[in-house]
Amino acid sequence: MNIYLTALSAIVKREALRFVHQRERFLAAMVRPLMWLLVFAAGFRAALGLSIIPPYQTYITYETYIMPGLCGMILLFNGMQSSLSLVYDREMGSMRLLLTAPLPRWWLLFSKLCGSTAISILQVYTFLAVAALFDITVDPWGYVAALPALIVAGLMLGALGLALSSFIKQLENFAGVMNFVIFPMFFLSSALYPLWKMAESSPILRDICAANPFSHAVELIRFALYTKLEPWALLWTLLALVGFMLLAIWGYDPARGMANRKG
Amino acid sequence: MTAGLRVENLKYRYGAKEALKGVSFTLETGAFGALLGPNGAGKSTLYGLLTRLFTTSEGRIEIAGHDLTRHPRAALARMGVVFQNQTLDLDLSVRQNLSYFAALHGISGAEATRRIDSALDRLNMRERAGEKARALNGGHRRRTEIARALIHNPDVLLLDEPTVGLDAAARRSITDHVHQLCAEDGLTVLWATHLTDEVHDPDRLIVIHQGQKLADGHAGDLRGGMDLSDYFLSLTGAQA
Repeated sequence: MNIYLTALSAIVKREALRFVHQRERFLAAMVRPLMWLLVFAAGFRAALGLSIIPPYQTYITYETYIMPGLCGMILLFNGMQSSLSLVYDREMGSMRLLLTAPLPRWWLLFSKLCGSTAISILQVYTFLAVAALFDITVDPWGYVAALPALIVAGLMLGALGLALSSFIKQLENFAGVMNFVIFPMFFLSSALYPLWKMAESSPILRDICAANPFSHAVELIRFALYTKLEPWALLWTLLALVGFMLLAIWGYDPARGMANRKG
Repeated sequence: MTAGLRVENLKYRYGAKEALKGVSFTLETGAFGALLGPNGAGKSTLYGLLTRLFTTSEGRIEIAGHDLTRHPRAALARMGVVFQNQTLDLDLSVRQNLSYFAALHGISGAEATRRIDSALDRLNMRERAGEKARALNGGHRRRTEIARALIHNPDVLLLDEPTVGLDAAARRSITDHVHQLCAEDGLTVLWATHLTDEVHDPDRLIVIHQGQKLADGHAGDLRGGMDLSDYFLSLTGAQA
C-alpha cells in the first residue's frame, strides 16, 4: 500500500478507536436528534400542516419531514465536534505530530476529514435504525441511496469544522463559534420547516435559508432517502465542500495558519 | 560530509516581537547538540520552524542534506520529533500509538511490527507494548515517544525539553538513553533544555537567549573551569 493510503487508513482507524473510547459522546450524539424526533416533532405535528411537496408523494407526518434534517444535524454537530477536538489536539500537541508526517498537508487534513465523516455516518445510520423502531421509516433502498448523499454532506460539514478549527486560536473561543455557526445553520435551513412555509412568514428568511449550504445538504439527504437525486442541492453542497476545504487548507498553511500562534 | 542539521540565519517574528534574530548553527552527523536557553529564549519558536509547524521566509533549514522549504517531505521523512507536550493518545496502547505513527510514515504490516519491536527494545519498553498509554508514568510515556520518533529510522532527532515534569531518576535515564542513541547509532540529536545538568562535556552546546545565539562550542571547552550552570547564568545574566 502506498504511503498516502497507509496514512489515510491509520488516521481513519484512529478516529474510530477514539470514538469507541468515547461512548458518552456517542450517547449524546444520539439523544439530541432523538429528542427532536420523538418529543419536539410530536408536539409540532399538531401545529404544522404540511402540504405535499417533492420528494413526498403523499401527506407525511412532521416526524417524517424532519428526519433528513436530523440526519443533517448529526453531521453538523459531529463536524463541529471534530473541529473542537482538532483545536484540542493542536493545543495538546497531537496535531503537531500529524503535521510532521512526510505527506502534503492537504492530504493529512483530508484524511482527518474522512475519519470524522465515517464516524458521523455511522451515527446517522444508528439514528435511522432507532427511528425505524418508532415506525419512522423509508423504503429499504432509500437507506442505501442515502449513503452517497450522507458522504457528500458529511464531508462538507466536516470541512467547515476543519476550516473553523484553523481560525480558532484557543479552546475557550470555541463556544462562541458554536453559537454563531451551529444554531444559525440549523435553524435557518430547511431542516425543520419547508422553505415555502418559511416564505409565508418572511421572504428574507426564506432567501437566507435557500442560500445556506446546510439546507442543500439536508435536501440532498431528503431526496436520496426517497431514491431521488436533487442535482441543484448536490452541486451546491459540492461547491461548499470545495470552498470550505480550500479555506481549511489555507488556514493550516504553515506559512500562515499557525504562524500567529505562539508555542 | 553532509551536516545532520544546518540552520542558517533563521529569523522569525510574532507581529512586532522578534523571536529569532538570525540564528545559525550546524550539527555534524552523529553530534549531540544541546540547545540551552532560559524560558522565552526562542527555543520553541526554533522547534516550530524546524518541524515545519510554521515557516519563515528568512533563513534556511537543512535536515540531513534536505532543504526544509524546498523539499519539506524529504526533510520531514528524515526527522524524528519529541514535542514538549506529550502527544500520545492515552486511550490507545503503546503499540497502537506507535503503529499510528508508523503508518503516517507509510510503514505498515509486518515491517511496522518489526520496527516497533526494535524501537521499543532500544528504549527497554517492549514488555509495556500492550499497556494503555494512560497507565504509564511520565518517564515511560516519554520513552514511548522517543521510541515512536525512531520507528522510521530518522537521521535527525529533535527533542523539545523532553524531561519537563519528570523526576530526577527518569530525567537522568532519558538523558542517558538519548546520548547513547547518538553515540551508538550515529543519530544527530538536537536537545532543547533549560537545565544545565542534562548537558555532558563532550556535547555540542548552543546557548540562545532573547532570540540570539550567545555561544556555540563543546560544553567542556565553553565552560572552562566553571560549573556549566554558572557559565550559563553569567552568559545569559550579562545579556539580560
